[in-house]
Amino acid sequence: MRDTHEPAPVTARVNGRTESAAVAPRTTLADYLRHGLGLTGTHLGCEHGVCGACTVLLDGNPVRSCLTLAVQAHGREVRTVEGLAAPDGTMHPLQERFWRHQALQCGFCTPGFLMAALAAVDEEPDMSRDRIRERLSGNVCRCTGYQPIVDAVEGFSADRAAEHAGEDR
Amino acid sequence: MKLPAFAYHRADSLADAVDALAVHGPEARVLGGGQSLLPLMALRMSVPEVLVDISTAADLRHHEVHDGGVTVGAAVTTRTLETDPGVHPLIRSCLARIGHVEIRTRGTVCGSLAHADPAAELPALLLAVEGSVELVAAHGSRVVPAAEFVAGPYTTSIDDGELVAAATLPAIAASAGWSVREIARRSGDFALVGVICVLDVDRSRRCHDARVVLFGVAATAVRATAAEEALLGEIVDGLSVEQAAELAFTGVDVLGDLHGSAEYRRRAGARLVAAALDEAADRAHDTTTSRAAARA
Repeated sequence: MRDTHEPAPVTARVNGRTESAAVAPRTTLADYLRHGLGLTGTHLGCEHGVCGACTVLLDGNPVRSCLTLAVQAHGREVRTVEGLAAPDGTMHPLQERFWRHQALQCGFCTPGFLMAALAAVDEEPDMSRDRIRERLSGNVCRCTGYQPIVDAVEGFSADRAAEHAGEDR
Repeated sequence: MKLPAFAYHRADSLADAVDALAVHGPEARVLGGGQSLLPLMALRMSVPEVLVDISTAADLRHHEVHDGGVTVGAAVTTRTLETDPGVHPLIRSCLARIGHVEIRTRGTVCGSLAHADPAAELPALLLAVEGSVELVAAHGSRVVPAAEFVAGPYTTSIDDGELVAAATLPAIAASAGWSVREIARRSGDFALVGVICVLDVDRSRRCHDARVVLFGVAATAVRATAAEEALLGEIVDGLSVEQAAELAFTGVDVLGDLHGSAEYRRRAGARLVAAALDEAADRAHDTTTSRAAARA
């Protein structure tokens, strides 16, 4: 058993890179990403699991990084918004869609929406608009009124479907 | 709101977890998915000195479907059970209403039971299917039936040193119909009023088993016994459903809060119960008639 403040080891794949650190057990995954790794794209709004801004993918599944301890990411794969664009800065097709539909204004909630939407479309490629709203209901946006966000995700989903149809031919 | 400091123990098995709980006694809390515990800690409503993390304990990460029911290990997430097509649709329908996908990905079934939020779906489901939990401590284990498990809001019969190692959600009769309904301000919110119904009817729609569980309205999830008794032996039709719905809150100490008054919860709840009974009776009737047709 460790003393209260004694750091615990964590080794995780973050956006394809292996990262190792010793963190205080109370460090959330969000704070480790932001302060430990400098990945400040993951935003913290409420810090108790309500707003969705801190959503990241853990082993491909969307989670609240404010309600996951950094030590709980040990041995696992983390993907953050920084892991979306290509190394040369080319936007991910989902980011492209958000840009084209003006699915953001201040941008604070956007990283969480992108990660939640990416996981949703991966799981359910043929979502209705209602289903998209349902899947993104854990994320709060105070600028857009959600309409363009749903447009963007719907567009991205259609792009994906078209790509797959192309592959099948 | 950062978390208060604590010591962290990653348990690699049930035995390891209960040993750690035995050492630390009331200072320790079990960390499953952390989707209820970590917010409470962030808000300083819970300040444990030690967290025993069971989320990666190999022997707690399994669930087993048996005869339509399911036994769920302590580290099994809500999302894992929700997405298993072998799990009964009543259970899956309840699980899909818990928080959001992101919460269900980490949150555990047993953790939600142990947390015993009066507005949560799982304690209500445990009552509706007359399930049980297995409590394990270093010195032994015991099985507690649903009716004896939750004692009050966020209060259960779990003793210091014990953890919910598994929960069993038994099958409902193959001929029974079911319904899960709730009223919430937004998708994913806790229910202002929720109901789970299980109804078994014969071919003439005469009811021979009725379970009506209300949640989000009182200090704990409760069986609406007056409504259940009113339906037993009766033909389930518009009239008997209406009578049962009107009786649903008899003897229930309904609490109001800023999201909805007690009066609102009673009135909206009665309509919700009526709709749920209708749906459950239709499902039961469909099952019963299609079985009869299959035999003919």
